[in-house]
Amino acid sequence: MDITEKELEHLASLSNLSLSETEKTGLKKDLKNIISYISQLDELDVENVPPTYQVFEMENVWRDDEIKPMETSREDLLALTVESFDNQIKVPKVL
Amino acid sequence: MKIADKNTSAVSLVEKSLKRIEETKEYNIFTFIDNARALEKAKKIDEKIKRGEPVGRLAGVPFALKSNFLSKDRPANASAKILTDFPSPLNSTCAELLENEDAICVGCVNLDAFAHGSSTENSFFGPTLNSKDKSRVAGGSSGGSAVAVALDCVEFATGTDTGGSIRQPASFNGVYGIKPTYGATSRYGVVAMASSLDVIGFFAKTPSDLDLLMEICAKRDEKDLTSLPDFYAESPETFPKKKIGIIKDFMESEKLDPEIKSALEEKVASLKKKGFEIIELEMPTLKYALAAYYIIQPAEVASNLSRYDGIRYAFRSKNSKDLDSLFKNTRGEGFMPENKRRIMIGNFVLSSGFYDAYFLKAAKARTLIIREFNAAFEKVDCILSPTSPNPAFKLGEKVSDPVSMYLEDVMSVPVNLAGLPALAFPLGKSKSGLDLGAQLIGPRRSDKQLINLVKELN
Repeated sequence: MDITEKELEHLASLSNLSLSETEKTGLKKDLKNIISYISQLDELDVENVPPTYQVFEMENVWRDDEIKPMETSREDLLALTVESFDNQIKVPKVL
Repeated sequence: MKIADKNTSAVSLVEKSLKRIEETKEYNIFTFIDNARALEKAKKIDEKIKRGEPVGRLAGVPFALKSNFLSKDRPANASAKILTDFPSPLNSTCAELLENEDAICVGCVNLDAFAHGSSTENSFFGPTLNSKDKSRVAGGSSGGSAVAVALDCVEFATGTDTGGSIRQPASFNGVYGIKPTYGATSRYGVVAMASSLDVIGFFAKTPSDLDLLMEICAKRDEKDLTSLPDFYAESPETFPKKKIGIIKDFMESEKLDPEIKSALEEKVASLKKKGFEIIELEMPTLKYALAAYYIIQPAEVASNLSRYDGIRYAFRSKNSKDLDSLFKNTRGEGFMPENKRRIMIGNFVLSSGFYDAYFLKAAKARTLIIREFNAAFEKVDCILSPTSPNPAFKLGEKVSDPVSMYLEDVMSVPVNLAGLPALAFPLGKSKSGLDLGAQLIGPRRSDKQLINLVKELN
């Protein structure tokens, strides 16, 4: 399956990735090869087979919504960001 | 492994490790070396021993953390540019359990960025070289961990295995590597790759060392809701049937290196002598495991890597005029080519119009693969299989062709899809001196039996 320019742009936008022209050319080729490989699943009959998304054999359990102290301090977390001001993370203009 | 005691000081163990790290610099194993802190901790342990106070089960043992494990004040860069400036704000449960037993972290080791790869060539810091041949790859993604153990820089190292990332580099470097049962070990504080497949495990020089590490780390952790209730300590010591399976398709595969094949055949013969029955298994769905894996894994990768937006932590692009271009440029500049491929493929298989044909189909194929393993374990205790079709390949040989790199994982991914434990162990050397390896695959929660069986095989 060939990936068109438009499809590649769409995937890049879903992925929030800026790509150079060279990267786009490379990705078109790589994606085509990868998709052609994974498409061999078409040979497999999966009719009436339920899907598996998790293998941890557990069921959902509800717990009380308790407040517990965080081990990591607010200062330590804010120190990880590039820019913060007045206990908040600074980002470029949104609107 | 040597534990510090009255006769061997922790300082001497750590000094020896640091010296070895210095001597093996050209292999590009470490992304961070923690000399001062390691020596300081060693001194404290020695003082405790001198005073006759109790010390941990890993007292003074130098070890390395794969760089995708968080440990406080050490960089957890996952060998990715986007995480280069990320001093860990917290401890992964695994690092904490090991350090609580007085093991000494001497540093963090290289991997394919975000564990995406099978050679450690996809690292922002460049490739780690194979321990036996510097023109060849270390394997991956935990290449740094395997080579650090193989070249005696450390006694053991941590790793993560999503599709073979512990077992293949272990086999490429002649060391032991365990990929535990899914959920046996806590993943809290480890950089997520594909959450329904990721497991953390260990590299060591003997199966007994792996046993001790599992005893310490295979524990239920309240901070990781997917961690299983404790089972390791109470596991039976041995398998009941004395029957071992071999997978016909793997053994007869044209891609299987003839030297690995004959080493396996020798192993089979010696098992028979020891009274084991060898049963040939037909597992026709396994040939689709790699295709299913390269749908499910990138889908989960695309989701897990969406958190790297440049806002809350780590790298942020300087070339942005607004929020949208900040996201796109941060990710465009910060991710490695293989990270981008997987994110794009992941979003492709999940996107509207393709979900049923790819993601859902792969999830159904996963069910069939699990059923095939369940049926096999009705007949046999465990399965002996090559870890990968070939020994370590040349640097640069596969890195520009993603599909040929993915094929490296063809014999290791079925285990992850089914959440099974597997133990990679050395199978001797090729004529040219490269390490050969195999893996034993067991039913869920048979980790301890696998370790004991490998002890018996030696």
